Amino acid sequence: MRDRLLVASFGDEKDIIGATRAAKEAGYEIVDVYTPFAVHGLDKAMGLRPSRLPWICLGLGLTGAIAKLWYQIWTSATSWPVNVGGKPLSSVPAFVPVTFEIMVLFAGVGTVLAFFFVSRLRPGRAPNVLYDRATNDKFVLVLLQNDAAFNVSKVQKLFQKFHVEKIEERLTEENRT
Amino acid sequence: MADSYSILRKPLILGNKSYEDVTRDVCYPLEQKPSKAWWITFLVAMAMMGVGIVAVTYQVETGIGTWGLNNTVGWAFDITNFVFWIGIGHAGTLISAILFLFRQRWRTSVNRSAEAMTIFAVICAGIFPIIHMGRPWLAFWVLPYPNFRGPLWVNFRSPLVWDMFAISVYFTISLVFWYVGLIPDLATIRDRTTSKVKRAITGFFSLGWNGSNRTWLRYETVYLLLAGLATPLVVSVHTIVSWDFATSIIPGWHATIFPPYFVAGAIFSGFAMVLTLMLIVRKVLHFEDYITLHHIESMCKVIIATAGMVGLAYMTEFFVAAYSGNEYERFAFVNRALGPYAWAYWIMAGCNVLVPQLLWWKNIRRNPTLVFFIVILINVGMWFERFVIITISLTRDYLPASWASYAPTSIEIAALVGSFGLFFTLFLLFARFLPMISIGEVKGVLSYGHKKEGGHS
Repeated sequence: MRDRLLVASFGDEKDIIGATRAAKEAGYEIVDVYTPFAVHGLDKAMGLRPSRLPWICLGLGLTGAIAKLWYQIWTSATSWPVNVGGKPLSSVPAFVPVTFEIMVLFAGVGTVLAFFFVSRLRPGRAPNVLYDRATNDKFVLVLLQNDAAFNVSKVQKLFQKFHVEKIEERLTEENRT
Repeated sequence: MADSYSILRKPLILGNKSYEDVTRDVCYPLEQKPSKAWWITFLVAMAMMGVGIVAVTYQVETGIGTWGLNNTVGWAFDITNFVFWIGIGHAGTLISAILFLFRQRWRTSVNRSAEAMTIFAVICAGIFPIIHMGRPWLAFWVLPYPNFRGPLWVNFRSPLVWDMFAISVYFTISLVFWYVGLIPDLATIRDRTTSKVKRAITGFFSLGWNGSNRTWLRYETVYLLLAGLATPLVVSVHTIVSWDFATSIIPGWHATIFPPYFVAGAIFSGFAMVLTLMLIVRKVLHFEDYITLHHIESMCKVIIATAGMVGLAYMTEFFVAAYSGNEYERFAFVNRALGPYAWAYWIMAGCNVLVPQLLWWKNIRRNPTLVFFIVILINVGMWFERFVIITISLTRDYLPASWASYAPTSIEIAALVGSFGLFFTLFLLFARFLPMISIGEVKGVLSYGHKKEGGHS
């Protein structure tokens, strides 16, 4: 099914926050907001929950650290023990630096890959830019016209206060992402 | 809008820019044919790199005997260059990660180029240990990989193995951090460019970024996490580099002060290099409104602070040598300041401790020409610091019978010249093809320093 969208663009970060909050309060369904930079406070206005990526980061970091610590003990003490200067084979304090590095590697690279995955960012993805100045200087609020009672002129009136610059109606592609 | 400036906070970006202005100004150098100055510097950098390639090829073909090393002085020019370049890289991470965590919002104008500098400096650094192996095609031996010799593993108790892991992870995380920061800006270029090729390339690398706020929210989270990870990482990297020396028993190397001393020195030298590059960039690319005198001043203050730390470390080393009662340790330091390489020691002390004191004066901090000369001297001084620590300590060890002196050969000097050539070649290519200033982040600080009701007009 193709959805009907309402695309409204604004010229300032304060306006987009205000308009988003007003739309949310008026009960409209916000598809997304497209902005040229991370506008602080917009996530609250949209009612988004904080990202759960920190948990993924923690999990991957612990995985990397435990795996690398085990690997060092296994290679040094089990697989092929070599006596180096009479030091204990399983000298855990000496294994700390590499364990730390691998923890950072897993947590850092893994979190970024997880971020790409959940945000569906991948090479070759069509950007689906509703308004090409959203990556330059315009802030775009997209509402879903979910029922017959959706009144465009009412929305227009609501956004007037926030210096709305342009309001358009669009149809989505077959699969909205 | 000039009248709406806040009295408490000065704006970070001058010139009353709109969002559109920022996009245009930062993309401008990418959309023009390169200037004559760019071509000249690029060709000079390429020529320097060529000198290095010839020298290293000759050295790899002939052997490490082409260097001035001997049985006593087994590490000298190459390891000096390695530590020097790694140190340069640290300022990039400090600006991008540590200043981010401290909410120092002025970093937005310089973090992109500083991170690029980090990556290029780590590339330069990585070359030296590899060519020092003599047979660089066997460099993979430092990795623990399954093999048919036992399997024989690397010695995980060795600081050299730690170092290999630290540098590789540091490079990877710096690259990832830099790339994540670039994605929104690549999307801006994609939506703006008229060239089909450029659109295809930036479209590929921007991964379909469209500025969705759901993505921005996660992006900010990831950025914070990466900053939090990179902060201890950068400290760990130079700490581990210092352990290459501190865990040995050479007088002058075997010191517990090394980790903080090296980290402070790394940040010190890195900021000097960031300033060297930024002062050129702002002039050549006309970014004076973005990299303002305030930015230069802030970086100068970091330099004063770290110069103080480095100076304190120099004095502490002497104090500990005197106080320890260890005659070898005492001799090593007397030899450092008064021995045959005293000139190198005093270049180091002069450039790193005395010269930065000039930056206490505000008029000097706000004078880009003077700052440029000062940071060049600091770059020189910090190169000599590594030379002093590494080489002078080795020339005089416990047995007078094994004392030796060291002088670099033309091949070693050519390799150093080549590394500078590589660094500047990469940096100039970066300046030509990628936005030097983070467009997205700068737009986020445009309202900084303006009164709330001022707004953009």
